[in-house]
Amino acid sequence: MYVATKGGEQAIGAAHAWLDEIRRGDPAQPAIDVAQIEDQLGLAVDRVMAEGSCHDRGLAALAVKQARGDLIEAAFLLRAYRTTLPRFGASAPLDTARMAIRRRISATYKDLPGGQVLGPTFDYTHRLLDFRLAAGDAVPPPAPTAMPDPAPSPRVTELLAREGLMQREVDAGAEPGDLTRAPLAFPADRPLRLQALARGDEGFLLGLGYSTQRGYGNNHPFVGEIRVGDVAVEFTPPELGFPVEIGEIGVTECQMVNQFTGSRTEPPQFTRGYGLVFGHAERKAMSMALVDRSLRAGELGEDTTAPAQDQEFVLYHCDNVEATGFVEHLKLPHYVDFQSELENVRTMRETALKAAGE
Amino acid sequence: MNFAGSFMQGDAAGTDSLAPAPRQRRMGVLARAGGAEIAARLAGLPAPPPHRRLRGPETGLVMVRGRAGGDGAAFNLGEMTVTRCSVALEDGRVGHAYVAGRDARQAELAALVDAWAQDAAALPAIEAAVIAPLEAAQAARREAEAARAAATRVNFFTMTQMR
Repeated sequence: MYVATKGGEQAIGAAHAWLDEIRRGDPAQPAIDVAQIEDQLGLAVDRVMAEGSCHDRGLAALAVKQARGDLIEAAFLLRAYRTTLPRFGASAPLDTARMAIRRRISATYKDLPGGQVLGPTFDYTHRLLDFRLAAGDAVPPPAPTAMPDPAPSPRVTELLAREGLMQREVDAGAEPGDLTRAPLAFPADRPLRLQALARGDEGFLLGLGYSTQRGYGNNHPFVGEIRVGDVAVEFTPPELGFPVEIGEIGVTECQMVNQFTGSRTEPPQFTRGYGLVFGHAERKAMSMALVDRSLRAGELGEDTTAPAQDQEFVLYHCDNVEATGFVEHLKLPHYVDFQSELENVRTMRETALKAAGE
Repeated sequence: MNFAGSFMQGDAAGTDSLAPAPRQRRMGVLARAGGAEIAARLAGLPAPPPHRRLRGPETGLVMVRGRAGGDGAAFNLGEMTVTRCSVALEDGRVGHAYVAGRDARQAELAALVDAWAQDAAALPAIEAAVIAPLEAAQAARREAEAARAAATRVNFFTMTQMR
């Protein structure tokens, strides 16, 4: 129970003034520009966009600055901001097969059309701290270039599907549910689950994905493909009645390929776990794909025994803004609640002591 | 959604200024150009006709959708900021713009160019001074990035057996 109380305004004012000062830091240091955050802390910006569920690099960078680098607080700020904007409508589904690819790798095929393109990756770095970065801001030489291969890069899952070895996705053309407009209800269908996972907390999904690899749920995943790049967004303005491209956004897509032993209605084949995330967010896209597949256990007739296979457990707890709200509300005054608890414990204690004394 | 392939090639002749494909191409190019970039290109033309704002520029959201498995059922991925604007010219022509982000100037100029380019007499100059150069700059950026990506492509070779 919460009661309205007055007081504390001055303390709050002083606390926020101090926060502003601490955020700015030592005035002898130059302030960080939002454009610098957008550019040089790009992966933090991407994470805030994904979990804030709003693609706008500039706003996400501002949120990172305002939140002093607390990325969950930043996602919260972005979510709050989006509620102030009207929604013009929904885009056509992104066609990731037409992505302008910066990175595209497959762990299942060495030689595949379009090739293995590493892109700007941390993979194969030695993870040694580079003290040159602390020493100054030397501009690195431009990265090498080469003639691009004009051959398209088809999806790996499509290569398998053509052989009949990969379960085809089904598109019934249904309007997908939107958990920002109607509360989640269970069982949640796959489009709703994917929406929740796409905005879910990277750490939570990483842990759950890892749990499926360690045996909590029966997953045997391979990375069929990860691709990172820009994809055009197509939208049909009602006043025009035909689709137009309204820009391009960066996304990361992961197709996990999982063995499926078959069921009464389906032959043995591979099935997919799918991850799609705003920005360059490989760990998140992979985790999402693992958890998407584990959440399909029920519909594929597999046993559902592990946390990562439990829709309610996963979907109700993967949203870090909601989770923060409920965990952090414990900080709010619970004076009256606690007063009654206090009475209770005192009474129980007296009774227990009396009983012990008799 | 198969317009994309055709309208990327464009309609340099601009014969049918109201038909969707050439107009879609122009709008797609303007949506990828910043307000300052469009303004700089417009500076190379005689002053555009006066316009009146019908709506906006105003910023809102578009829900971006994806597909399960890349090609399955649609799902809501998350929103993106979009700025839109509609303007009218004195001759009654109306132009619209929906552009990613929050650049109000970009949306208004894109709507103005959309309206102005519907005038078949003005179109060739707009195409030559605004649309084609913007499109070329965008293609060059895309190609520069593709060239960097190509340099990171792995060329596998099979190790010869050591004896």
